[in-house]
Amino acid sequence: MSQYLLSIYQPDGPVPGPEVLEPIMRGLADLNREMRDAGAWVFAAGLHPAESATVLRPSGGEILITDGPFTEGKEHLGGFTVVEAEDLDAALGWARKLAGVTTLPVEVRPFQH
Amino acid sequence: MAEHGAGATGADVARVFRHEYGRAVAVLTRAFGSLDIAEDAVQDAFAAAVQHWPSEGIPPSPAGWIITTARRRGIDRLRREASREGRHAQAALLAAVRSGNGPAPAAEEQFLAEQSGVDEVDDDTLRLIFTCCHPALARSAQVALTLRLLGGLTTAEIARAFLVPEATMAQRLVRAKAKIRDAKIPYRVPQGAELPERLGPVLAVIYLIFNEGYNKGPADGPAGDELSAEAIRLGRLLASLMPDEPEATGLLALMLLIASRRGSRFTPDGGLVLLAAQDRGRWDAAPAGEGRELVRRCLRLNRPGPYQLQAAINAVHSDAAAAGNTDWAQIVQLYDQLLAVAPGPVVALNRAVALAELHGPGAGLAAVEGLELGNYRVYHAVRADFLVRLGRLPEAAAAYQRALELAGSVAEGRFLGAKLRSLGVAGYGDGGPSDPLTPRRSP
Repeated sequence: MSQYLLSIYQPDGPVPGPEVLEPIMRGLADLNREMRDAGAWVFAAGLHPAESATVLRPSGGEILITDGPFTEGKEHLGGFTVVEAEDLDAALGWARKLAGVTTLPVEVRPFQH
Repeated sequence: MAEHGAGATGADVARVFRHEYGRAVAVLTRAFGSLDIAEDAVQDAFAAAVQHWPSEGIPPSPAGWIITTARRRGIDRLRREASREGRHAQAALLAAVRSGNGPAPAAEEQFLAEQSGVDEVDDDTLRLIFTCCHPALARSAQVALTLRLLGGLTTAEIARAFLVPEATMAQRLVRAKAKIRDAKIPYRVPQGAELPERLGPVLAVIYLIFNEGYNKGPADGPAGDELSAEAIRLGRLLASLMPDEPEATGLLALMLLIASRRGSRFTPDGGLVLLAAQDRGRWDAAPAGEGRELVRRCLRLNRPGPYQLQAAINAVHSDAAAAGNTDWAQIVQLYDQLLAVAPGPVVALNRAVALAELHGPGAGLAAVEGLELGNYRVYHAVRADFLVRLGRLPEAAAAYQRALELAGSVAEGRFLGAKLRSLGVAGYGDGGPSDPLTPRRSP
């Protein structure tokens, strides 16, 4: 079995209202339960918006602290799920469900071990 | 082909290589669980064949010999690496292969035993095809892997075919294989509802390889022909492995029908000859006949798809002994079906060309207006042709000029330049002699 990081990318800007968010959160809860029942669920979390991020950067022997996020752009990591799966196809199967539920792009990356 | 027991020639080994390389890599990949080990082992086995076959003769089952030898070489290599570096993974893999824990040891016996139906080698070959064309890999990587692992082309050959430096292609292959390994892209054939979605990239990769070869002119040497031939070989393999998938058969038919016209597509000095002006006596009857037969077989299954419909359109062209005998009504009807299953402006443009043959250039022109193909050279060339036939020469000249600016090859540029000059419109071209390659169509 391998572990995969399923990263959910969220557009910056105002958070959608409850009429949009609530069904998504319900869908996520269902999916997390489905993952647990299948023994695939390892960890899952949602993050505060990217403007809440802080970046630490080694520079000339010191660590420089700046207001984040690290990457420029209009979309940032909004949350992630770690799954355990037999192979990439199995991980992609969970990622497909996650993208469907969140209506957001999902990136799948294998853990090194 | 040399008799068994008689000395083999380099050509004999090359022929076995072409047909068995990919199948051997497929079997060995399952045995060793690693593309790299499988590739190296199969290459070692062919090096041994080059050494032994000329004096000892071709073995009764060349494929079985290659697979057995490759398996032995692969185990030798694992053993060397396991003892030298004490690498546990290799040692464990070796133990698994040796103890028969897994299907590997039976592979060559099964190969010898079963020469028909869906045997293990066929399954492995399909697994390799679907792994090379996995949607998690970029299209350029899918193409490179397919040519490398299933076609046995060298990295240098693939780099030449796609006009990239060899180092770039080598890196592309290394990265793709690393992704297969690290992300654990599985070695399996997709089943059920997954299959149609996964078959798409496989068909697209084979057709892309075919077109890459077909679009090369005589000036590019024999590389183009070899690439097209490899695509047809892969298409034939896929169609035989997936007899219940009419689109696989449709793709093979399409490639055969297009390839049958290759000999008449260029003038001796490399100029382009359009379909209507081609010498149909020079079309290759064997692939055309096979393509038409495959189209008929697809039609009977009645599960049409884009490749089958394009093949059917090419079969109608192939049926006409002269351009004037073409059944344009049937072609328009097939394009209507194609638009329904694979809508897109390029299909609409091709439909307009057929429509113009059926109902005149005015109908064709009306059908192309509004298509969002402003950066597509063929769109402007087609519009220009309609405008010429309607006698609207200044507009035609402007359209040819636009097509010329977008021309994709020297042959195309020359062809369009000659067309433009033949109009004799002031300010465009030089009013020189009209293009001798494509006489004006009769209305």
